[in-house]
Amino acid sequence: MTEAVNQTFDYAAQALTFAEQTQAPAWLSSLRSEGVEAFGKFAWPTRKTEHWKYTNLNALTKANFSQAPISTELSEAQAKPLFDIAELDAVQLVFVNGQFSEVLSSDLTDLNISGTVEVVRFSDANDAQQATITAELGQITLNDQHMFSALNAGQLEDGVFVRFLKNKKTEQVVQVVHLTTAQDEAFSVNARLLVVSETGSQGTVVESFVSDNVSQNALVNSLTECKLEDNAKLFHYRLQLEQEDIIHIGGMHVEQQASSQLESFHVGLGGKVKRVDVVVNHEGSGAHCDLKGVYLPQNNQHIDYHTCIEHKVPHCTTDEVFRGIIADQAKAVFNGRIHIHKDAQKTLAELNNRNLLLSNKAEINTKPELEIYADDVRCAHGATIAQLDDNAMNYMLSRGICRQEAEVMLSFGFINELLDGVAHQPIQEKLRPILAQLFGKDESLTRHITEI
Amino acid sequence: MLSIKDLQAKVEEKDILKGLNLEIKPGEVHAIMGPNGAGKSTLGNVLSGREGYEVTGGSVEFGGKDLLDLEPEERAREGLFLAFQYPVEIPGVSNLEFLKASVDAVREHRGEEPMNSVEFMKLAREKCKAVNLDQNFLKRGVNEGFSGGEKKRNEIMQMMLLEPSVCILDETDSGLDIDALQVVADGVNSQRSPDRSFIVVTHYQRLLDYIVPDYVHVLADGKIVKSGGKELALELEEKGYSWIDEGVA
Repeated sequence: MTEAVNQTFDYAAQALTFAEQTQAPAWLSSLRSEGVEAFGKFAWPTRKTEHWKYTNLNALTKANFSQAPISTELSEAQAKPLFDIAELDAVQLVFVNGQFSEVLSSDLTDLNISGTVEVVRFSDANDAQQATITAELGQITLNDQHMFSALNAGQLEDGVFVRFLKNKKTEQVVQVVHLTTAQDEAFSVNARLLVVSETGSQGTVVESFVSDNVSQNALVNSLTECKLEDNAKLFHYRLQLEQEDIIHIGGMHVEQQASSQLESFHVGLGGKVKRVDVVVNHEGSGAHCDLKGVYLPQNNQHIDYHTCIEHKVPHCTTDEVFRGIIADQAKAVFNGRIHIHKDAQKTLAELNNRNLLLSNKAEINTKPELEIYADDVRCAHGATIAQLDDNAMNYMLSRGICRQEAEVMLSFGFINELLDGVAHQPIQEKLRPILAQLFGKDESLTRHITEI
Repeated sequence: MLSIKDLQAKVEEKDILKGLNLEIKPGEVHAIMGPNGAGKSTLGNVLSGREGYEVTGGSVEFGGKDLLDLEPEERAREGLFLAFQYPVEIPGVSNLEFLKASVDAVREHRGEEPMNSVEFMKLAREKCKAVNLDQNFLKRGVNEGFSGGEKKRNEIMQMMLLEPSVCILDETDSGLDIDALQVVADGVNSQRSPDRSFIVVTHYQRLLDYIVPDYVHVLADGKIVKSGGKELALELEEKGYSWIDEGVA
């Protein structure tokens, strides 16, 4: 046994100890014990574990993550600009280092009487809400397949429950924010979100993950479950904008009932280790899933998106596009799986992954997987890896644009195609300068992207 | 204004230009015609500084400077403009942002302030109208999904915005129907002025009915083999290129 392996076991044991010590409402206790049990059954992933082949979890063994509640000195004026989205009518629930912040969050009283959406923390849930939460929580994610889902359940302390009410459409966006700040000691954050879109409802959820600066020592384990009942429509954004040193393990697990529509948009900046699993289950005929994402690691960062679309029933459609731009010595992993079960006739599914490498040392491992057991379906998948297009570069130079600015404009353009398709304009406008700055640190290189 | 002397260039180890001479004075319009493979497009690419086109001899002086010594973007800023035969599609980069970046680069090179967005928008709309392009084209990706004619009109619009001193039109007529040709030619003619020169590269005499040149040159095997007035184009149309080859031989 090498020392590294011993340390690895330390993390798992440590996590279980935390789970035991977690203070949570009694009505969540069976979920927690199931989670602990499921997590205990996992062998720690190694390079031979297919699911974790290109993402090494050694970073988790390199620190002693504490789970004590952490106070923060961040003022409202410092915190708000990190996640506020101008011109977006949003109710915000803000957690700082895993702790709910009353000061930074919206007052929910008015919202809950508006009759279109309910938003509540698990710890504040009334009896009816508790009943729904216990009935739905943990039903979509599979704890025996996703070890960090199991761990999330085991360490469950609090979470956010959002319910879009039957046949109601709301323009008001629910934004759940997880803000981390650097602390003296490494620590972990357990985040949980449950969204239930009732029959015929329409709503929008934005998940924002942000940090105050580049030096971070948090491990964020975030798990989201969304249930879309018949004819429901959900716009979902997962904006993972924490900087440099964060470790982030995330999951988004969705169940789509008949004729429901999901529009989900993901942004991932790189971190020390970032891994997100997106799983969508088509459970009802006529459902449509529109899944788009961009990942942009640089320096020595690492990011990994594993997506899996389960087509279990006939007549469902999936349109999935992920694009990555990998700079410097960064590494990215994309694994996109579409699984068409034998009854899922008349499925239309497309998966496209394109990657742009900005340096000779940048690395991408991409694998589209199409598994089809039905015989009357139309599916397509593809993955490409390329560098900036010489013809486009030449064209821009021939118009007097300097090489550095052309590089920034072309790189940004590669993801801007997806950003342009985002339904909520204010979110586009929030993201545009943040993402543009990744490619051009100097304002003179990004000005034409952001001014128009 | 532009003085090309004994220009030699190769592409992928193949000699294409083999001692080309051309003297262009302010306000003049020169047509360059010639058979396929004569080096017509290479000339435009070499002058604009495209990577992969290696100059092996000769000189090019542009407005008192050694053109070949300048980076491609500097050539553009100094006032050289190449209208592409096949304008490039750049999805994700809006036409407007592309145009503004390019206009600002040229302005700053001349020591002028970058334009403010509102002013620029107004100017861009005006130029759109001048080349009969809908304003929506400003918001779309650069040339993305444009038809052949729309791409060429977009090139002419860029030319109008950048106000270059030498414009090279590389087979601007290829792929255009008569109506589009008329619009493009009108655009070019509106830009003719005593201090702006044009090099019109084309296969066919047709374009020269609309853009009437002062001089016509025949390019064959990397050299200018015959020069004359606009009537030379008519002669070529009638007799083809072979009689010139014979004459040279």
